[in-house]
Amino acid sequence: MSAVEERTNGNGYVGQAMRRREDPRFITGRGIYVDDIARPGTLHMAVVRSPEAHARVVSIDTSAALERADIVGVFTGEDLDIDGPLPMAWVPPGVEVNTPEHWPLARGKVGYVGQAVAVVVGTDKYSVVDAAEDVIVEYDPLPVVVDMEKALEDGAPLVHEEFGSNRSHEWTLAGGDVEQGFAEADVVIEQRIVNHRTAGAAIEPRGAIAEWHADRATLYSATQIPHILRLQLAVMLGIAEDRIRVIAPDVGGAFGTKLNVYGEEALVMWLARKLNRPVRWTETRSENMATTIHGRDQIDYVKLGAKRDGTLTAIHTRVLQDCGAYFQLLTPYIPCFTAFVMSGPYRIPNVKTDITGVFTNKFATDATRGAGRPEATHLIEVMMDQLAVELDMDRLELRRKNFIPKEDFPAEVPIGVIYDSGDYHGTLDKLLGHVDLDEFRREQAELREKGIHRGIGFSTYVEICGLAPSRAVGPSALGLQAAFYESAVVRVHPSGAVTVFSGASPHGQGLDTSLAQITADRIGAAPEQVEVVHGDTSSGPWGWGTYGSRSLSVGGEAVARAALKVQDKAKRICASMWEAAPEDIELSGDKFQVRGSPDKSMTLAEVAGAAYIPPEELSTDIEPGLEETSFYDPENFVWPFGAHACIVDVDVETGKVNVVRYVAVDDCGKAINPMLIDGQVHGGITHGLAQALFEQVVYDDEGQLVTGSFVDYALPTASDVPSYETDRQETPSPVNSLGVKGVGEAGTIASSPTVVNAVIDALRPFGVDYIDMPLTPMRVWQAIHEGGPARTEQGKDLGEHGQGAAGSGPAAPSEGGGA
Amino acid sequence: MGATVRVAVSVNGEPREAEVEARTLLVHWLRDGLGLTGTHVGCDTSNCGACTVHLNGEAVKSCTVLAAQVDGAEVTTIEGLGTGDDLHPLQEAFWQEHGLQCGYCTPGMIMAAADLLERNPDPDEQQVRHALEGNLCRCTGYHNIVKAVLAAARASTEGRDASPPQPARPEAAEDVAKGVGA
Repeated sequence: MSAVEERTNGNGYVGQAMRRREDPRFITGRGIYVDDIARPGTLHMAVVRSPEAHARVVSIDTSAALERADIVGVFTGEDLDIDGPLPMAWVPPGVEVNTPEHWPLARGKVGYVGQAVAVVVGTDKYSVVDAAEDVIVEYDPLPVVVDMEKALEDGAPLVHEEFGSNRSHEWTLAGGDVEQGFAEADVVIEQRIVNHRTAGAAIEPRGAIAEWHADRATLYSATQIPHILRLQLAVMLGIAEDRIRVIAPDVGGAFGTKLNVYGEEALVMWLARKLNRPVRWTETRSENMATTIHGRDQIDYVKLGAKRDGTLTAIHTRVLQDCGAYFQLLTPYIPCFTAFVMSGPYRIPNVKTDITGVFTNKFATDATRGAGRPEATHLIEVMMDQLAVELDMDRLELRRKNFIPKEDFPAEVPIGVIYDSGDYHGTLDKLLGHVDLDEFRREQAELREKGIHRGIGFSTYVEICGLAPSRAVGPSALGLQAAFYESAVVRVHPSGAVTVFSGASPHGQGLDTSLAQITADRIGAAPEQVEVVHGDTSSGPWGWGTYGSRSLSVGGEAVARAALKVQDKAKRICASMWEAAPEDIELSGDKFQVRGSPDKSMTLAEVAGAAYIPPEELSTDIEPGLEETSFYDPENFVWPFGAHACIVDVDVETGKVNVVRYVAVDDCGKAINPMLIDGQVHGGITHGLAQALFEQVVYDDEGQLVTGSFVDYALPTASDVPSYETDRQETPSPVNSLGVKGVGEAGTIASSPTVVNAVIDALRPFGVDYIDMPLTPMRVWQAIHEGGPARTEQGKDLGEHGQGAAGSGPAAPSEGGGA
Repeated sequence: MGATVRVAVSVNGEPREAEVEARTLLVHWLRDGLGLTGTHVGCDTSNCGACTVHLNGEAVKSCTVLAAQVDGAEVTTIEGLGTGDDLHPLQEAFWQEHGLQCGYCTPGMIMAAADLLERNPDPDEQQVRHALEGNLCRCTGYHNIVKAVLAAARASTEGRDASPPQPARPEAAEDVAKGVGA
């Protein structure tokens, strides 16, 4: 790979903290998001949604709605004559997954509050909402099951009677022999950890506009996956894929929630064809909270074993995953990611994860920022602190003792994956360069004298990202019905202007800027010459989109490779014109020249001119044009890592947690644009910190969504979080020529245990050793004053922020729970 | 359509008049009626602040104001704050300090921050954080937004605009790595 690296030119745009080319339109209000797009003659769609969590639909009376002015039509599940239900893309070999049919409009039964039952279409956006209120739906309520543990009990109401159980699937991933590992352990600790349901909460809700021109459709959608969406809609609607164009315009944040195929996208397509007019739908926030995928929602029964000297011997986790009532695109797959990084940065010879997917009368969970990996880091890092106490050992010493040492990379771990590169001691040492622990302990003791309870927490994490080697996750391996290479085209125009097409579909990460930097260095251009285009299925080749921190390590590498092909062709052109050997041509700065002879040189624009209007001296063996394509399928995932620390003060009278400091040292390989990396880390930390302290999606016992708006769902404000201190280490990935890993999810994966461990550290004098997230004031207060872990029944302890503070589980039967 | 009302408003310094349905929200009139789509809708409950505009010089959430209520008033939206060649110091600072990612909350965030700096030209970090409590951002963790507002305040109080756009600023890496709170 180093040979590839040497062929960049040395202008050195990679590595610079360049300002984002995306920003001028956003700061002046000229971004174009889906809802900003106006098409002539557009109809508006409003959705009639179920207020019942589980019910038979007895009848739907649309007459009153149809009588209203401005209403063009009302349609129900009976009208919707499409070829297939919403897709679920995981069919693992050898694992039986009960997959219920999930249609864009309910067919006879509803399984969650908010399920679409009918749509109203009309000429005025206010009128369709009025008319939706006038659609009279008669429901026959069925027994509701909300709690995933209760759903597994005998006699629990069945979400899908046809399966005879609320189990969607069971799967075990293991390496080594955990029974043997626990037999060898001197100490075994157990803990039931609730990783509660959260919302992605992108500030832009979803939205879609469809229009047909004769037999061709265009769909504008706030999506992370325009090409996948096109293919899936073609299948659902029975339309040739080439007749559909999907455009993802500016997308206002997604965090995984727009990595999906939603019923409304199919509905506007179907309606626009049926009514022969453009149809638009813009999600309200209430709809977003109820029917845009949720994240997390696992109960993890963890068992960790170690020798007296701290050597880890085994970890076993029984994962219960609350899938909701129906799957979305990847729902049952998500806990697999938990299994892959459950052993964290440690050498644990025996690992086992038993996964059970559970149906409940709630909306689907699926991939949101981190997708299974925050759950893994949370459980192992909380357990490492507990183990340290059990062993009477320093918790960082315990971590160091078990770190995979840097000389062992690439390191195969027992679950069967290979960590590409790492220096875990390095990031922890660097972190401690920013946090003086001895000073902290002195300060902590002094403050305790004054009644101020300060704590420090750590997490050392590793994540799996850069999705993905197609053969490792595809149909015959893990079972995703997809591949995960990425595509790129680098097109140099006759003037020397450059357009890069990427199959990734970034939505706020700043990839336009970094891809321009990568391209510029490889073809002797300035980044300003390079336009980056993505998110439109009619331009550029097929691409898999943006998620799983893949867009740089897979999408960026594809761009780098296509750019190098352009560089090679440019050299062949120069060589032909100068009667030199191609290998004697070098790119130096922004000039192509004969090695060591700068007197004869051409700029990219001059080469492009020759490529498009060939001069006589250019060999006819060289095809005209200067454009190259690359499809890059990585050989491995990439494995970012790091060490985070958090300092909190806990007000023991009120239970309120105040974050005093947060310090992060991350290693995501080589930095293309350090400014963008820090931005991703800040946002990522906040996402996990907010799960630890504030955010929770709460359903009550009847399946009613309690946190149905931003009034009830505690998204953090600027006053709830501190400024962050970030630092970096750069351990290049050997997987790609750029040496890069991903960073979009790292902060989220690392931060929830960091914060929780800090609070527990502050509260150890009170005998508190565990609290389920979110650590709301009420829950913290209960832990302090009532002793022991505070867990309460679902939806019963709405605390500060109007926020639900309940665990997803029932009242805890006992300490720990059984694995 | 229900009962209508005639409104005459100065929007970004230009007189605009229209017959609107009485219940039309200001944000919808700005977006759908006047084509000023820089003002966004993010929540419907006045929590997120993506729809923040200035009404007679003060920040308001335009999802909570009826178009009919602003008859005779002056409204400024993000489109009226600064343009590509003549950016407001806050726009410049958000760009320079990487104070935005997806950009959806950005217009509202800038309008709210402009209101703060009008009232308090030299705020400290906590004052900035407090002033922006009504504006939600999911991307940035607020870190660089706060940094940008403080930078814009500095630039304004020093009696000049923030530095002009530059293609590259390598030193930013170091600044950002150090962090505001370091």
